[in-house]
Amino acid sequence: MKRFIGFIKKEFYHIFRDKRSLFILFGMPVAQILLFGFAITNEINNVDIAVLDYARDTESQKIIQKIKASPYFHVENEIFNEKAIENEFKKGKVKAVVLFEKDFAKKLQTEKKATVQVITDATEPNVANTIANYTQSIIQNYQNQKNTTPKSNGVVIQSRMLYNPELKSVFNFVPGVMTVILMLVSAMMTSISITREKELGTMEILLVSPLKPFQVILGKVFPYIFLSVINAIVIVAMGYFIFGMPINGSIVLLAFESILFIITALSLGILISTISNTQQTAMMISLMGLMLPVIILSGFIFPIASMPLPMQVISNIIPAKWFIIIVKSIMLKGVGLEYILKETLILVGMTLLFIGLSIKNYKIRLE
Amino acid sequence: MENAQEKIIIVENLTKQFDHFTAVKGISFHVNKGEIFGFLGANGAGKTTAMKMLIGISNSTGGTANVAGFDVHTQSEEVKQNIGYMSQKFSMYDDLTVQENITFFGGIYGLSRKQIKTKTEELIAELQLGNIAKTKVGDLPLGWKQKLAFSVALLHEPKIVFLDEPTGGVDPITRRQFWELIYAEAHKGTTIFVTTHYMDEAEYCNRVSIMVDGVIEALDTPKKLKEQFQVNSMNEVFLKLARNIE
Amino acid sequence: MSISIQNISKKYKNVQALQNITFEVQEGELFGLIGPDGAGKTTLFRLLTTLLVPNEGNATVADYNILKHIKEIRNSVGYMPGKFSLYQDLTIAENLTFFATIFGTTIEENYDLIEDIYVQIEPFKNRRAGALSGGMKQKLALCCALIHKPKVLFLDEPTTGVDPVSRKEFWEMLKRLKQKGITILVSTPYMDEASLCDRIALIQKGKILKIDSPDAIVEAYEKTIYEVATNQMHNLILDLKEFPSQYSVFAFGEFMHYIDKNDSFDMDVLRTFLHDKGHQNISIQKATATIEDVFMDL
Repeated sequence: MKRFIGFIKKEFYHIFRDKRSLFILFGMPVAQILLFGFAITNEINNVDIAVLDYARDTESQKIIQKIKASPYFHVENEIFNEKAIENEFKKGKVKAVVLFEKDFAKKLQTEKKATVQVITDATEPNVANTIANYTQSIIQNYQNQKNTTPKSNGVVIQSRMLYNPELKSVFNFVPGVMTVILMLVSAMMTSISITREKELGTMEILLVSPLKPFQVILGKVFPYIFLSVINAIVIVAMGYFIFGMPINGSIVLLAFESILFIITALSLGILISTISNTQQTAMMISLMGLMLPVIILSGFIFPIASMPLPMQVISNIIPAKWFIIIVKSIMLKGVGLEYILKETLILVGMTLLFIGLSIKNYKIRLE
Repeated sequence: MENAQEKIIIVENLTKQFDHFTAVKGISFHVNKGEIFGFLGANGAGKTTAMKMLIGISNSTGGTANVAGFDVHTQSEEVKQNIGYMSQKFSMYDDLTVQENITFFGGIYGLSRKQIKTKTEELIAELQLGNIAKTKVGDLPLGWKQKLAFSVALLHEPKIVFLDEPTGGVDPITRRQFWELIYAEAHKGTTIFVTTHYMDEAEYCNRVSIMVDGVIEALDTPKKLKEQFQVNSMNEVFLKLARNIE
Repeated sequence: MSISIQNISKKYKNVQALQNITFEVQEGELFGLIGPDGAGKTTLFRLLTTLLVPNEGNATVADYNILKHIKEIRNSVGYMPGKFSLYQDLTIAENLTFFATIFGTTIEENYDLIEDIYVQIEPFKNRRAGALSGGMKQKLALCCALIHKPKVLFLDEPTTGVDPVSRKEFWEMLKRLKQKGITILVSTPYMDEASLCDRIALIQKGKILKIDSPDAIVEAYEKTIYEVATNQMHNLILDLKEFPSQYSVFAFGEFMHYIDKNDSFDMDVLRTFLHDKGHQNISIQKATATIEDVFMDL
């Protein structure tokens, strides 16, 4: 045990003396959270739009008032014919034009049907989509208010956004960033720190020492379990206190699942280190083989449901996908273990697989 | 006789100060054209630091050095055009073939395609490398690699070649063959500036300087140094001078 | 017998690193493996420290079999690999403490063994290993390999790239360790260090060329070596090589070592020959062979 503690002490010296790894460990989580929280967001706020109102009646004016009153839009100017629309877009400031057809109110009354066109600048598809959705919901809202009279018999579609009523993207990125960071810290840092010993030649001495191989490996990963847990706490705390992300489920369960994922990532890191001989290879494999799939295929940034089928299938082997589901379920839905049992078991299975492969690959000799 | 010789390296009061200590403490010496100059010293005596300043890859913090007629501080690009450099640690790309390495280094020094072609042929003939021209350098024995690296450092016909422990770990026969190459090059008029830990090699130099703790403690021909310290070999001269100072 | 090696061969993909190596090292012996880079020295060390498995043959270290008693061997040997494997970002004291801990001991427990080496680097004990000179790194690495009081010490090229002063000090330390009864197997590419060992094995291209005490090896050398010097040493090599009956010519410090094909070699003939080539201050005399001479002639 004394040997083991001595080993861990040494690992901490390494970590705290290397400014680069310190930055990755503690700078990155904070930087990423802030970056995703403030800069990269799917929400829209105060988007400039223009209005083309051929009707100029009470109904259309009321809707325009509604739009103006919402925090999402700012009516930049009013235009008077369709030719001006393109001109507005070319100027670049206006992202959408809301167009009311002639005799809007009259048609609404007599034919029970009138058209509002929302023309968006789709050079930024996500923004365009969101704008269209938001305008739609404003108009629908208006309609709903009007139709409160019991006479109404038209079917009214009511959509409610559950768990994230304000469609805040922070609720998506906190689990995402947490996953990416834990993967980075656990898998990449451990694989690099093990291969560094190989490169330095110190692995030779460790192998020739009475330390058992599993003690060497355990000694290498233990500090990173500790640091990863700290990171997870920092990220959840930032999400909670700065961005108001709720934690509806059990914190204990969340902690348990996080530790499980950390162990999954660590075992992946060990596996990488058994197949690479230099820090550079370990880094490349971790970055290309882990980080990119985690970011692209885990559902963190691109929704899995909208991926082509082969990708959806591949996404199943990404541990991060399951962890993101787990975190979201616990934090937003507040579910208990019984609802995320499948995901948890998948992670457990993956971990066992990685550890098994590592043991198979681990050499007590140099060859 | 020495006075009549042209000085190709002139170093005056050259100093390198790092944050906490002075690695090179105002050294002054000169190297004559066409001479084999041995630059010796214990580990950490400041040899490598001094050499880096002379080849223009590290700036001095005091004093001047003139190499091949150019000031290392203000004309480091010209200096680099006129010198060749070979170090024990890095000499050639292991994953390129002999021919590819020669072509690459020739290209770096701005040799034309035609020049490279003739040079390559010359070199391969001279070193009798005909059948390994297409072998990857990494697969060659260390001794061959070092001989080849030396020739590559000479591709652009520099006036001075700096050799940093060129024979470390090489077997005794190849080590001597390497020195025969050095002699031959010196005969052509190229100045050789060499560091080594083999004291018998120090005897092969025209003049030898021994650096101790950032200062040049002795500089003369091996013969005069041995007389001065009343010993029989350069090894003993070195042991007498270079006490292990840290 | 401290180390006993029987018919060991080791092959990497397409390189025969070691071929049929057999020798023994006595307890408390300072045994040198002398040979250039790529001779197979490191491979032999790795086999003996159980880091590699031989293709053929077997060996015992401190009476433990390298194939069966991996754990016991690892507990009883000290190993200093080729490139001073230290943690560059740890200080001298931290490196030493670390190696003591993983071997389940403390610096104090075996301090007497490392004392005279450690005192030389102790003034810098809070300096990081990365900032040490070659000589100090070498001493620290030796301390680390010794800290658990091994029975057998394996030193793979401990003096490569280290200056002559540090090398001399290092060999003096090895002698003192030997007196404490530790068996030492050391490799070096420096031929002049061979004479400091009790016995040596000359090794090249995976084969052992000779095993004996340095003196016996030199004595057994039959050829006569002449050291030649003139006022133009550079031309001397080329001219000597043109001498009709020359066997070999090698630069040797301030002299050329010349060996003739014939036993009836007459120095005066060579003197005249060199004189005609324009040499002056010609001196030719018999020289005593060194290990290096022997090695080059193998």
